[in-house]
Amino acid sequence: MNRRATRVLRLDALARVEGEAALHLRVEGDRVTQTRLRIYEPPRFFEAFLAGRGHAEPPDITARICGICPVAYQMSACRAIEDACGAVVDGPLADLRRLLYCGEWIESHTLHVYLLHAPDFLGCADVVELARGRRAAVERGLRLKQTGNAILEQLGGRPIHPVNVRIGGFYRTPAPDELRPLAERLRQARDDALETVRWVAAFDFPDAVCDHDLFALRDPGRYAIDSGTPAVMAADGDGPALREFPPSDFERHVREGQVPHSTALTALLDGRRHLTGPLARYAISGRWLHPLAAEAARDAGLGDPATGARCDNPFRSIVVRAVEVVQAVEESLRIIGGYERPPRPAVEVPPRRGVGFGATEAPRGLLYHRYALTADGTVTEARIVPPTAQNQTAIEDDVRRAVQARLDRAGPAADDEELTRLCERAIRNHDPCISCAAHFLDLTVERA
Amino acid sequence: MSGRVVVIGVGNPLRGDDGVGPAAVEALRGRVPDGTVLAVSDGEPARVLELWRGADTVVVAEALRARPARPGRVHTLTAAEAASRAKGAASTHAFGLGECLALAEALDRLPPRLVVHAVEVADMELGARMSEAVRSALPELIDRIAASVRQAHERDDGG
Repeated sequence: MNRRATRVLRLDALARVEGEAALHLRVEGDRVTQTRLRIYEPPRFFEAFLAGRGHAEPPDITARICGICPVAYQMSACRAIEDACGAVVDGPLADLRRLLYCGEWIESHTLHVYLLHAPDFLGCADVVELARGRRAAVERGLRLKQTGNAILEQLGGRPIHPVNVRIGGFYRTPAPDELRPLAERLRQARDDALETVRWVAAFDFPDAVCDHDLFALRDPGRYAIDSGTPAVMAADGDGPALREFPPSDFERHVREGQVPHSTALTALLDGRRHLTGPLARYAISGRWLHPLAAEAARDAGLGDPATGARCDNPFRSIVVRAVEVVQAVEESLRIIGGYERPPRPAVEVPPRRGVGFGATEAPRGLLYHRYALTADGTVTEARIVPPTAQNQTAIEDDVRRAVQARLDRAGPAADDEELTRLCERAIRNHDPCISCAAHFLDLTVERA
Repeated sequence: MSGRVVVIGVGNPLRGDDGVGPAAVEALRGRVPDGTVLAVSDGEPARVLELWRGADTVVVAEALRARPARPGRVHTLTAAEAASRAKGAASTHAFGLGECLALAEALDRLPPRLVVHAVEVADMELGARMSEAVRSALPELIDRIAASVRQAHERDDGG
């Protein structure tokens, strides 16, 4: 066995994984013996920050956890508080929330597809190099992303940390006329979204298979975004095909535990490794995609979502994200087409003593909030479980598999630089959140 | 109507000194001439590019790390200087301003005039308060931004 002195490799220029994350990889000879991803988690800070606040405050405060997915935090917070207070938001108010959420999906997914992920497949160091060589593609991405941004501005009041969202609904709702220019823009964005699917579907994908249990909300009849029941699809042939539990049982199922190849405590679902996000949503909700999105998925080689096709190659997650952008554009147009201004911008949410639970589909996956309130609405406890924290174990497993496959082919001679690039790609497949995961990824490769 | 002047404070107000750019922009509200757009941003390049679309002059207020460090020192950089400084991870953000500038250049979207005023930071922990060194530098940062804005409008009025 080729033994080398322990080498430590540190990288601090991996801005394309948006986060303060660190990966520790231990390679003994030609075996990967340990993979440990450390993800920085702002939610812990925010949980403490929320205690003692009023029940109307969590949507505004938690929106600041993430600059890329503030709506997801707002929506999970609203649902949890409304659940605690026994309030129901439905009809056009729920539609407007879903529209706002679609804007965030368009923006966040397009950011990841074009600015972060696509350069991996085209041999570019970053989006700047991509823009120099394929300017039209990057222009298309920016245009599409800007459409999502326009929805956030129109409904949220501003593009980052939307200020128009409140428990019970909104501070102000738009008149149907105000949404008309948005519809015009979305119709143009539809072409860009479809072109995006075709563009990414033609990339070269490394062979890879993941066998994580898949976890996403299920909202029969439509592709789950802002509501639904947590559902688990077992890895092929492993246990019941699909099981569900109410959001109030989330913490009984998703718990910290230990898995092979890692000494760290990480989130597990009923003791097993699970994945949340686009691949899980596509498997669980694919049959409810709009016809145009389903057709795009079929043409892109993702199988037929109508018959429950799933995508098990994490590198192809970029294609699923692109399909979800088509879905979000179509869903936005459907909502705007049927929109009538609700009689009031928000329903009353009078405080009461209790505990409430909320789960919605952030672009990166299922985002869970729980709040305990006193009779006057004071928050006594907050719990936030973001998708990136849940995906940690699955990402580690993907990294281990990718590196092991490379070592199996190249032997211990595979150099650190190449392994590093491979690790980055395996992590990027799951789009770790900008602040759930912030600035630099430090990678350590230890050779024993 | 004079050319559009856009001031962008980049940073996260919840991360101690990282919030110095947005704090300067907030302090300037109501104190800049008409035709000046004040904005805060997390630095995500697509949004930054959108903010300065159509602008004649862009003034960026930033936080930066330098070695050796002298927290509170205010730097004024041209676009070219900012781009080269940012390569050394000088910006505190996931995407550096350098990447924004490079992307803008590749897409022919650099504004005609751009200046960066940046404060060297000390503490950027989530939940931290702004450090004394950076808080003391805030008036100078605000003055420099205000001077850049004034110059931009004078240039437009004169030309």
